[in-house]
Amino acid sequence: MFEGLCFAAATALLAALGGLIASLVIGGWPALRKFGFGFLTNATWNPVTDVYGAAGPIVGTLITAALALLLALPIAGGVAFFLTELCPAVLRRPIGTAVELLAGIPSIVYGMWGLFVFAPIFAKYVQLPLMTAAKPGSLLDTLTTGIPNGSGILPASIILAIMILPFMAATLRELLASVPPGVRESAYGLGATTAEVVMSVTLPYVRTGAIGAVMLGLGRALGETMAVTFIIGNSHAFPKSLFDSGSTIASTIANEFTEATSPVHTAALIALGLVLFLITFTVLGLARLMLRLQEARS
Amino acid sequence: MSSAKLVRRRVGDVAFKVFCVAVTALALVALAAILWSLLSQGLKGLNLDLFIKSTPAPGSPGGLANAIVGSIMMCVLAMVLALVIGVLAGTWLAEYGGRSAYGSVVRFLNDVLLSAPSILVGLFVYEMLVAPFHGFSGFAGSVALALLAVPVITRTTEDVLLLQASTLREAGVALGAPLSYVISQVLWRSARSGLLTGALLAFARISGETAPLLFTALNNQFFSLDLRGETANLPVVIFNFALSVDDGWRRLAWTGALLIAATVLTVTVVARIVAQEQRRS
Repeated sequence: MFEGLCFAAATALLAALGGLIASLVIGGWPALRKFGFGFLTNATWNPVTDVYGAAGPIVGTLITAALALLLALPIAGGVAFFLTELCPAVLRRPIGTAVELLAGIPSIVYGMWGLFVFAPIFAKYVQLPLMTAAKPGSLLDTLTTGIPNGSGILPASIILAIMILPFMAATLRELLASVPPGVRESAYGLGATTAEVVMSVTLPYVRTGAIGAVMLGLGRALGETMAVTFIIGNSHAFPKSLFDSGSTIASTIANEFTEATSPVHTAALIALGLVLFLITFTVLGLARLMLRLQEARS
Repeated sequence: MSSAKLVRRRVGDVAFKVFCVAVTALALVALAAILWSLLSQGLKGLNLDLFIKSTPAPGSPGGLANAIVGSIMMCVLAMVLALVIGVLAGTWLAEYGGRSAYGSVVRFLNDVLLSAPSILVGLFVYEMLVAPFHGFSGFAGSVALALLAVPVITRTTEDVLLLQASTLREAGVALGAPLSYVISQVLWRSARSGLLTGALLAFARISGETAPLLFTALNNQFFSLDLRGETANLPVVIFNFALSVDDGWRRLAWTGALLIAATVLTVTVVARIVAQEQRRS
């Protein structure tokens, strides 16, 4: 009886995931049937003519997540190495806690901070100087065209990077702490410097798990909603530069779902959700698999 | 070894250390900057009216009472739902079927759900509980929040139960108690503080969630205790007010953000303290 109850609860979890997939497929079906494969490749998103192509939000999601990962990865690594190898024991706990608090701050607070505090500073000290420094026609010029108002693809990526950083740092730190002390000590005993111990011994030792940690961060960046909605500028067109406004799948759904103008519009938004589901669950599934493999090894 | 190579290694090592310290400092500066903005912008609006008046029309004074009460009601209901399902599911994984193939599938998908985009949960609940009944409701919001809390609780429940000594189970069963009795009366009790940590972490996770509430609970301008209708809640009010042009609304949004962040951070710190207490005992 009690066992049955527990089993039912575990099965309810599976049912919830199944229901999630089913509801996205059923809800998005009208749009997928109407636009077919073009839904993924067409960049026109127009509620007035009821034509929906998701290429803009999809590309926006992939670009912001990739940029966020690129920015957060070295920082998360640095924080994890600092906490495991360099930090004085007294400071280890307070700094570790502080980094974890960064993970606890709600997404919407990041959004407000990004829009009202970060964006003006970014516009004044990064966007304007870069845009004036860029020679017309150069690569820098192409990358930095846009309105210097502090919102757009790159600012959204930076905020995302701050948000995923603590998750990646915490997972990496746990992984590094799981390296047997003997391995680390023998490397130091051979005369290796701290940098060499980390880069050639402990990090390779947890390689699989580290890739998993990075993908976990990527998964979060892909599905993050509120913070991005505040600062990405919300335009459905293909982003043309780093400072151009864009949109992600999640921000499009958040902005338009309650104001959808027609059944096809709603269906298109749910179909977008399905696309996001497929992308994130592939990434997160692989991430968990990698971490599992690492756990089995050590 | 040539001294040039030695110098290069030393320099590389120093550069590595400087980099690690610098990026850690950068992360701490980001945290400090966010907290500073919250305090400097949010404290201005912190007064008694905030807790006793409802959200105002643009340009007039008011508070966040309806949103605070709505958020508390939805979070409490969500936590009750999530605790029942999460603790039972975690118990099944730890004590009954965790080693079966089905058990590892459940564990794997639970881990994936743990970091799934919350906005998808909102869409799911909209399709299940809002569209069929033609109306947004606080109940739908609670269910969405519960779905986000369950994976956290399942995970921590399994982890803390596996930490309990197997002699505890054996002793109970040897005395003739059925396993279900041993689990509910012995194991759950000895794992109490671990379960509490899980619940606190889950609460911290859901109390700031905005995306899943946008199209489940929606919002309500007025004070209401009825979860059957649209329910005001802090995150959605903050979202709407922050993006408005009204100064009073923006001030309320900052103060609301301060309230939420303070709640989440306090709960996170308490969860850590509880976890440490448990490790010590």
